[in-house]
Amino acid sequence: MPTIYIDDQPYEVPEGDNVLQACLSAGLDLPYFCWHPAMGSVGACRQCALVQFRDEQDTQGRIVMGCMTPVAEGARFSMQGPDASEFRSKIIQSLMLNHPHDCPVCAEGGECHLQDMTVMVGHRKRSYRGRKNTHRNQYLGPLVHHEMNRCIACYRCTRYYNDYAGGTDLAAQGAHDHVYFGRQQDGVLESEFAGNLVEVCPTGVFTDKPLVNDYTRKWDLQSAPSVCVGCALGCNTSVGERYGKLKRIHNRYNTEVNNYFLCDRGRYGGNFVNDESRPLFAGLRNQQQRYDAIEQQQALDTLAEWCGTGRRVAAIGSPRASLESNYLLRRLVGVENFNSGMADHEAALLSQVHGLLASNGVVTPSLQQVEHADAVFILGEDVTNTAPRLALALRQSVRSKAFELAAELKIPVWQDEAVRVLAQQQRSPLHIVAMSDTRLDDVAASTAAHSPDDIARLGYAVAAALDNSLPAIEDLASDLQSRAQQIADDLRSASRPLVISGTASQSAAVIDAAAAIARALSQTDKMLSFCLPEANSLGVAMLADAQQPSFSELTRRSNNGEIDTLLVLENDLYRRAPQSSVEALLKNAGKVVVLDCVDTATMSCSALALPTASFAEAEGTLVSSEARAQRYYPAFLPAEQRQPAWQWLKQMGQQLQPARFDPLPHFDDITAACAADCPALSRIAEAGPNAGFRIRGLKVPRQPHRYSGRTAMLSNHNVHEPKQPVDEDTPLAFTMEGASGARPGALLPFVWAPGWNSNQSVHKFQSRVGGPVSGGTAGVRLIEPQQEVSHSVLPPQPVFTASDAVLWLLPLHRIFGSDELSARAPAVAELVSQPFIQLNTTSAHRLNLNEGDYAILSWADTRCEVQVQINDAIPDGCAGYGMDLPGAAWLPPDTHASITAADGGSDV
Amino acid sequence: MNIFSALASQFRTMWRILLHTFTRAETVQYPEQKPYLAPRYRGRIVLTLDPDGDERCVACNLCAAACPPDCIALQQGTREDGRWYPEFFRINFSRCIMCGLCEEACPTNAIQLIPDFEMCEYDRSSMVYEKEHLMIDGPGKYHDYNFYRVAGMEIEGKAKGEAQNEAPPIDVRSLLP
Ligand code: SF4
Ligand code: SF4
Ligand code: SF4
Ligand code: SF4
Ligand code: FES
Repeated sequence: MPTIYIDDQPYEVPEGDNVLQACLSAGLDLPYFCWHPAMGSVGACRQCALVQFRDEQDTQGRIVMGCMTPVAEGARFSMQGPDASEFRSKIIQSLMLNHPHDCPVCAEGGECHLQDMTVMVGHRKRSYRGRKNTHRNQYLGPLVHHEMNRCIACYRCTRYYNDYAGGTDLAAQGAHDHVYFGRQQDGVLESEFAGNLVEVCPTGVFTDKPLVNDYTRKWDLQSAPSVCVGCALGCNTSVGERYGKLKRIHNRYNTEVNNYFLCDRGRYGGNFVNDESRPLFAGLRNQQQRYDAIEQQQALDTLAEWCGTGRRVAAIGSPRASLESNYLLRRLVGVENFNSGMADHEAALLSQVHGLLASNGVVTPSLQQVEHADAVFILGEDVTNTAPRLALALRQSVRSKAFELAAELKIPVWQDEAVRVLAQQQRSPLHIVAMSDTRLDDVAASTAAHSPDDIARLGYAVAAALDNSLPAIEDLASDLQSRAQQIADDLRSASRPLVISGTASQSAAVIDAAAAIARALSQTDKMLSFCLPEANSLGVAMLADAQQPSFSELTRRSNNGEIDTLLVLENDLYRRAPQSSVEALLKNAGKVVVLDCVDTATMSCSALALPTASFAEAEGTLVSSEARAQRYYPAFLPAEQRQPAWQWLKQMGQQLQPARFDPLPHFDDITAACAADCPALSRIAEAGPNAGFRIRGLKVPRQPHRYSGRTAMLSNHNVHEPKQPVDEDTPLAFTMEGASGARPGALLPFVWAPGWNSNQSVHKFQSRVGGPVSGGTAGVRLIEPQQEVSHSVLPPQPVFTASDAVLWLLPLHRIFGSDELSARAPAVAELVSQPFIQLNTTSAHRLNLNEGDYAILSWADTRCEVQVQINDAIPDGCAGYGMDLPGAAWLPPDTHASITAADGGSDV
Repeated sequence: MNIFSALASQFRTMWRILLHTFTRAETVQYPEQKPYLAPRYRGRIVLTLDPDGDERCVACNLCAAACPPDCIALQQGTREDGRWYPEFFRINFSRCIMCGLCEEACPTNAIQLIPDFEMCEYDRSSMVYEKEHLMIDGPGKYHDYNFYRVAGMEIEGKAKGEAQNEAPPIDVRSLLP
C-alpha cells in the first residue's frame, strides 16, 4: 500500500486507485461529478482538482485531476490549499452559470449531488450577470422525467446509458455550451435500465417520474432495507414511504449483488403496493356472492371452525411469499397436505435446479462474479427479460477482454476512456442460444435461436466437445457442430467461464445440458448460474419435502372431494395451471381461503379472503437464484386489517394448535424454527440481524434525523400525537432516533452522511470506495459448491422437426408484464405490451398472416385470439407468445397449438 | 465602609422604584384596547398568492423541514399547467411556536407570519389549520415576488426561455456558435 501525502498528512492508500478514490476512502471530502465508482474516470468535469507537488521542495505544484491521477508512493498533494480550493470553487461557479432557479420544484432537491458539492466548495452567490442558456425537455416515457436546464454536462448519463448499459437512444448532442443530453426525438427510453439515470445523474435532469408527480423529499421518507420481488435475483433495494404510500424504490448498495444499479422492473414495479384494489379487510363471501368485511377475530374464528379437528385441510404456498409464511403454512397443515404452489412441471424444474446447485460441484456466481467472467454461454434464456440485472452484469463481463488488454499495458481499470479505446470492439466471448433474439445480441460473439430440444442438443454437443467421455450428439447439423466446437473452445480457453441457463425454456434437458457443460469444464473458477422465475422460487424449492403432494395430486384430491378447506397463500393459481383445472380445484375444495396482498382471480374464488401485507409492509426471508438468503424489512405499517401473512398464520396456529404455535411469538422464532426443521435452510437466520440487534444500544432509525411533520401529519385525525409504533420483530425503529454511522449492509434503510445528502454518500458506509459495506455484506449464501456428486446426463433429445400442423408455443418473457406484480404499478402498466404471438416469415406466409393481423390459437380445450408480430428469429415450427394470453397465463411446456387467421385464413 | 455602600445601593433602588410611579403604565386594556403590532410581528401563519393571483406555495417542503416542532405537513402534487402545488397543507398551531423559521426558509414567500396572535380555542383540534384556513387572497407582505417568473421550469403561460434572465431555448441542431 503506497503512502501519499495530502496537505502534508500521510495516508496509506490502496495500490492502483486514483487519488480521488484514495481521498474519499480516507474520509476526505473532495468534490467530484463525472467519476463514478462503477464507471471509472474520464476527467470531464474538472471538479476533483488538487495541486500536486514534485517533491517536498516544490512549493508551486501544478493542478491535476484527482480522478485521473494514479496514486504513487510518496506523491504529495494539496487539497485544502488556496490554489486547489479556488480552482474547485471557480469550476462550480462556471457549472452554475446556466443553472436554473429550480431547487424548490426539483425532485433532486435535498438529495442532489450538485447542491452538496456547491455547498462543499462554498459557492453561494451568483456574480454572473449574463442570460442563462435554456433547453426544451423531452418526453422520455412514463419512468424518467427530463428537465434539461439543470444539466452540468458531466457526461455521466451517456457514459452510463451507452457505455455501461448498452443503450443506443440517448446521446450528447450539439456543441460547446449548447450540449444537450437526450434522445433524437421524444420517445420512451429503450433501455431496461434507464431508471438508473435517476441515481447516476448528479443533478435533477433525470428524475423518477412517478415520484415527481407525488413527490416527497428524501429527508421525509421513512425507509427500510428491502429486497426486490421482481425476479429471482434478489437485488437489494431501499423502499421509501410517506403518508402510508410507497413513494419510491432506490438502489441499496450490495457489492456482491446489484452493486449500484437496479432494473426498471425492480425500481418502478414495486408501486403495485399503492394499488387501490388491494384488499384492506378480511372478507367473508355471503349468499349473494359478495364479500362482507368482517373483524379480524371473526375471521380467525371462522378459520378455526373451517380448519378445526375432523376437517381435511390442504394448503398451497407460494414462490413469491417469504420462507417464514410458507413454513408456517406448512407447519399448520402438515407436510403431507402442503404444496409449494408451483405446477408440477415448474416444481420439477426447480427441484432439478436445486439438486444441481447443491451437488454439481460448480460455483453459483454472485452478480459481482458474473461481471468478471471471461467467457459466457447462455442456453435458452433471454436474460434481459427473465433476470434483468444479470444482463447488465453480463454486459460488463464481455469487457473482461478489455481489462486484460489494459492490464498488459498497465492501464488502470478506472481509466475508462483509455480502456475502451484500447479494446475497441474486442470482447470476451458471449454465446447465446435462445428461443428467439435477445437484448444481449449486440455484444454476443454468436447468437442463435432454436427450439428447447435443439438448444439442449447443442448444449450436450458442447459438453461432449469438452469432455469426450460424454456421448456425442449424432445427427447434429454441421453448422451446429462447428458452433458447438467454437463455444467449447471459447469456454475451455477462458479462466472464469460461466454457463447460464434457467427455467424460461421450461426444459429439463436444457438445464441438464448446461450443468453437463459446467461439469465438463476443468477450471477451478468455472461458474454455473440459473435464471429462475420468482423472488423465492429457490427458497420454496429448498423448503420442499419429498412427502409433499404435487399440484396435480392436490387437484385430484380436491376433485375427489377429499379437501374440506383449502388455504392458498399469496398465489394466483390461474397463473400456474390451465384455467379449467384451477377452476375445478377451487370449486371442489369445500372452503377456499385466500391470503394475498393483491386482488387476484384466485382471491375472487375464495369463501374467505384475508388481506396480507406486501413486501414493503412486512418482514421476510427470500432465497435468490444465487441461493443467497436475504431479509427484507417493513418500511411502514400495513393499513387496516392487512398484516404480514406469517402473522395471520401464526394467529391461526395459536388458535388451532397452541402447543405448536405458542413457542413462536416473534418473527425471529419462526425463522429459527424454519431453519431447524429444514436442513437446507439452516443458515437463514444469518440473512439479517435479528430483532435484538443494537448498535451502541440503539436501534436503526427508519427516518432521517430531519424527518418533518411529526406533529402535523396525523393531527387532522387526532391532535394528540400517537406514540411511535414499536417494532418488536426487527432491529429497525419507526423513528428518527437511533444509531447512525457504520452498520451491516442488511440494515441500511437509506444513506446519508454530513455534507453528503445524495446517494453518493454510500461511500461513507463502504470499507473503501467501491468496496463492501463496512458492517458486512447483506445476505448469506446457503449453497457453497460441494464435492461433485457423480451425475449422468439425461438421454439426448430427438431432433425437433417442424410440423406443418401445429406450432410449438414458446414463452417469450418481457421485463414489463411477465411477472405477476410489477404490471400493477401504473407507470409500468403503460409499458406492458398487449398479448402477442410471434411468427417467422415462413410460418406467417404459410398461414397467410401479416404483422398486426389477429390469429386464433387453439390447443387442448383452449382457444384465444391474439395479434401477430413477425420476428424472423423465431425458430421454424415454433411460435413465441407473450405472457398472459387471454385465458391462459403461462402454458405448460410442450404446448403445441394450431393457428388460423382470425378473419378465416387457411388452417395450418 | 461596606455597610455604607450597601445602604447607598438600597436607597438608590428605592428612589428608582419611586420614580416609576410617575412614568406611563405599559399595561393595555386588552381586549378592549388593541396593541400596535409591527407588520413583521410573528403571529398566525398565512399562505399567500403571487402577484398574478395564483397559489405561491410550490410544496417544496422547506418550511416543514425548518420547523422546530415539526408542525407543518404537506403533500406535493403537479397541476395540469405544470405547477407544483400542495395537495394538502396543514399546520398544527397547537404546536407552533411562532418562531418564523418557516417564513425564513420559504423560497417563494408563500408562507408568512402576520401580526395576529388571537388564536384561542376551547378544543385543541380547532388549532389544526388546513390549506383552506391558511390561504389569504393576496400577496401578503411581499408584493412583487413571483417564483415561477424566476425559475426555469416550464409552466402554462411561461415557456422555456421566458423566465427572467433567460436566453431563448437552444436549437441543438444548429452548429452556429
Ligand atoms: S444530464 Fe445529468 S448526468 Fe447527464 S451530463 Fe447532465 S448533469 Fe451529467
Ligand atoms: S433484476 Fe430482478 S431483482 Fe433486480 S431489480 Fe430487476 S426485477 Fe428486481
Ligand atoms: S413559526 Fe416556527 S413553529 Fe410555527 S410553523 Fe413556522 S417554523 Fe414551525
Ligand atoms: S417553504 Fe414555502 S413554497 Fe415551500 S412548501 Fe413551505 S410554504 Fe410552500
Ligand atoms: S470527477 Fe474528476 S474530473 Fe470529474
